[in-house]
Formats: sequence, structure tokens, C-alpha cells
Amino acid sequence: MVKKILAKTYIFLILFLMYVPILVLIAYSFTNTQQIGQWNGIFTLELYAKLFKNQDIMVALGNTVILAIISAAVSTLLGTLGAIGAFYANKKTRAAIENVNQIPVVNAEIVIALSLTFVFVILGQYIFKAHIFSFWTLLIGHVVLCAPFVYLNVKPKLQQMDPSLYEAALDLGASPRSALKEVMVPQLLPGILSGFMLSISLSLDDFIVTAFTRGPGLLSGNESIQTLSTYIQGVIKKKAIPIELRALTTLIFIGVIVVAVLVTFYNGKQSRKIKKRKGREY
Amino acid sequence: MRFRFQRKYLCIPYVLFLILFVILPIFMIVFYAFTDASGNFTFESFLSFFSSTSKLNVLVNSLMFSILNTLICLIIGYPLAYLLANKKYNTNAVLVMLFVTPMWINFVLRTWATRDVLSWVGISGGTHPYLATIIGLVYNYLPFVVLPLYTTMLKLDKSQIEASINLGCNRVQVFTKSIIPQSIPGVVSASMMVFMPTMSSYVISDVLSEGKITLFGNSIYLSFANSQWGQGSFMAMLMLVIIGISMLLTRNFTEKDAGREQKW
Repeated sequence: MVKKILAKTYIFLILFLMYVPILVLIAYSFTNTQQIGQWNGIFTLELYAKLFKNQDIMVALGNTVILAIISAAVSTLLGTLGAIGAFYANKKTRAAIENVNQIPVVNAEIVIALSLTFVFVILGQYIFKAHIFSFWTLLIGHVVLCAPFVYLNVKPKLQQMDPSLYEAALDLGASPRSALKEVMVPQLLPGILSGFMLSISLSLDDFIVTAFTRGPGLLSGNESIQTLSTYIQGVIKKKAIPIELRALTTLIFIGVIVVAVLVTFYNGKQSRKIKKRKGREY
Repeated sequence: MRFRFQRKYLCIPYVLFLILFVILPIFMIVFYAFTDASGNFTFESFLSFFSSTSKLNVLVNSLMFSILNTLICLIIGYPLAYLLANKKYNTNAVLVMLFVTPMWINFVLRTWATRDVLSWVGISGGTHPYLATIIGLVYNYLPFVVLPLYTTMLKLDKSQIEASINLGCNRVQVFTKSIIPQSIPGVVSASMMVFMPTMSSYVISDVLSEGKITLFGNSIYLSFANSQWGQGSFMAMLMLVIIGISMLLTRNFTEKDAGREQKW
């Protein structure tokens, strides 16, 4: 009993410490003091109103979301096709793809960013004869970050899949295309989805690759694309942090918690379903 | 002859993508590390890196920070993962999720929050740059340790632990002879998740030490910003070499782990 209490205390103490900074920000998002730690006793939703009027933050937020969705979609497509192709290629090709796929996974983000920038500069100088930094270079940067993780998420699903399903579909008269779409993809869907979610979270969180590979475009118009990360890093550097960012943190936090709880419940349900199904079969 | 579709052709776009944007960039780094502005072969970046005490200092500093951060994260995260995975103490999946959710909040935003709260309690980057940075690093990387350790702990062979108790091991022996050896793969992958990213981290040290502490990542960033491509590339290459070595060193553990999974 004592052991149990000690264990619980430890778990919740660490959990509490991990959330302290965010919780403090959330508390201070309901007042308008400039400095955290100086509670002035005024309860107000002023910061929330200000947040939605702050053009810079809204542009950065919009860019971040658009970029995350597009780069996750592209990464998911590339990574999934890559995983399927590699799985049915010969052993040597597969090993080569897998080894190269592992490079961005273990590589330091700053090395990825720097090396990609070199490639873009050279491509711009010698092939396109123009400055090519734009939304597209940024997209490539994010896909390099995300696609290998999609590959890694789809691969185990391919290994678990019944190999004769696809053949059966072909024998029954399906075209390779519809056999892929209607037989293989549904089987791989859990892996594809978790790869997509992981890509979104990687893209949302990225700073270094964005800072190196971005150019003008998206909602930023003719200026360099600002994502939340680059925007906040920029204002921290200038020591002019708009306090309405506290309101933004609160909203993001609420969103993340809602998604996390939903995902946990969904997973729980899923595994219970699988157990049930197995129970019926055996 | 008509083109006949085979599933292996599906990987062609991805292979092209990998060649263009993963392999080619690495060659570029090696190329710039050993050439000067006009494209001639040179050891200049190599020599200037190893003769500059400030650059070497940065390397040693980053190594120290990475080791310290990894150790602290493991010391906090190991018991945490054990308790979370143990049915006696926790059966709630949401609780595990809560330890991982901070990863989903933009990390620059989180670092900013940490800085504000730390300077509120008197540990600002101006007065305690080292302490502030290490707290920020641990705060940021702890979830990355908890997750792999937790999955390893879930797979602990309960019957082996029971057997060791039945065969007369005391609590310490059960821990050192059964639980630790079984969880080594998790510890290794957790360490990898923390060690390398810490060395190359940029934002955390920059924000929390208010620019007082330069880690390897900051150094690469700075030399690129000052358009010293040779220097930057050389340090990036060094980073790659360090990553390669640590991959080779830890490969044995992960392979053993994979083998075990297949057997069961």
C-alpha cells in the first residue's frame, strides 16, 4: 500500500513538473500583465481577443497548418508507395532503400537542413538560374523529415498482411490499380494513418529545417514564409514577445489534450475489438 | 512489348526522392567540407576546426550537455516508465498519453514557457545559463525517453522475474539480474533519442541561456549564417560521423532485440 502511494506520488509529481510551464502560461492567459509572476488581479479575456486580431500570429498559424497538412499528405503518399514497392522489390534493393531511409531518421535536423540548403542553392545557381527558395523547397524539406517515418509505420503492416490477398484480387479479375486501392490500402490503413499523424506532428514542431529551406510564399505573400516556430523564435530574439501568445498556447494545449484523449479511447476500443474477434476465431 | 505493372515499381518516386534529397545533400556536405571557395581540394576547414580552441570547446561542451541530459532523462524516466507499465501501479492509458502530449505542443512555444517560468523563480538565462539550459533540455526530451522505455517495460518477461524471485533472488538481485538486462534495448534506443538531438539542438540553448551557451547545433547555424560554408559543412560532417559511430555501437543491441521479437 505504501509502495503504491509512493509510486503514484512519483508519477504525478513528474507529470505536474512537466506541465508547470504550460499551466502557468495558461493561468496568465486570463490576465493582461506584461510579466509572468506579477499577477495584477485583473481577470480578462483581452488576450484572446487580441490573439485573433494579431495579423502576424494568424498568418504564422495558417502557414503552419497548411504546410503540415500538405507535407503530411505528400509524405504519406511517397512513403507508403515507397514501402509497398520496396517490400516487393528484390532483397538488395530493399536493403538499400531501408538503409537510406534510416539516414534522415537518425540524422541531426541541422545537418539535414544545411545539406538541403546546399542542394537548393546549387540547383538554383546551375539549373534553374534563379533563387529557388520558396514554398516548394520548404515542402521538400518537411517531406524529407516526415516520409521516412511513414515508411517505417507502413512496413510492419506489410509484413503482417496476408500475401495472397493481392494475388487473389488479381485472379478474380481486378486490375492492379483497383487491387491496390481496394485490397492493399485498407489492409495497410492503420500504418498509413499513424504515419500521417506522425508527419503532422513532426511538421508542426519543426524549426531548423523550416528556417533554412523557406522562401516567400503561402499566406506570407512576398515575404519569407513564417511558421509558428520561426515567428516565435524571431520575437524571442527581439525580446518583444506579444503576450497574446499565452492565449494561443492555451488553445493549442486544449486542442492537443482533446485529440490525445480521443486517440487513446479509439485505440482502447480498437484493441478490445481485436481481442473480441480473436476470441471468436479460436 | 506492353509495360506490365509490378508492385515494386511503386517505389521509384520514393527512391528518386531519396537519391536527390537525402544522398546528394550528404555528398554536398562532404564536398564543401574539403573544398575552398573556388572549388579546390583543401584541408583548411579540418585544420581550422581542430586548431581553434573555441570550436573544440563547443564540441566538448555539447558532448557534456548531451551526456548529462541523457543521464538525467534516464534517471527520471526509467522508474517512471517502470511504474507506468506495471499493472500494480497504473492501469490508465490516458496517464501514459499525458506524458507524451507535451511533444505535440510546438516546442518553441514550450521553450518560451519554460524560460518565462524559470526566470520567474530566479533561474534566468542571464544569471544561471547552464542550469536553465539543462532544465530546458530535460523538460523537452523526457517524453522521448519515457515512450521507448515504456514499450520495453510492457514487454518484460513476467515469468522470468517471478522465476528469479522463486529461485531466491532478493529485490536488488531481481532488479539487476532480470529487469535491467531485459530493458537494455529500451535504454539504448531512449538514449539515442536524446543524445544526438541534444548535441545538435539549436533553439533550446539559444533561448534559455540567452545566447550564452553555444552547442554544436548553434555553431553550425552560426557558421552558415556568416556564410562560412566550409566550416559549417565540416562540423555537419563531424556530426554525421558521430551519429554513424553511435549507430554502429548500438546496432548490436537493437539487432538482438529484433531477433528476440521474431523468435516469440
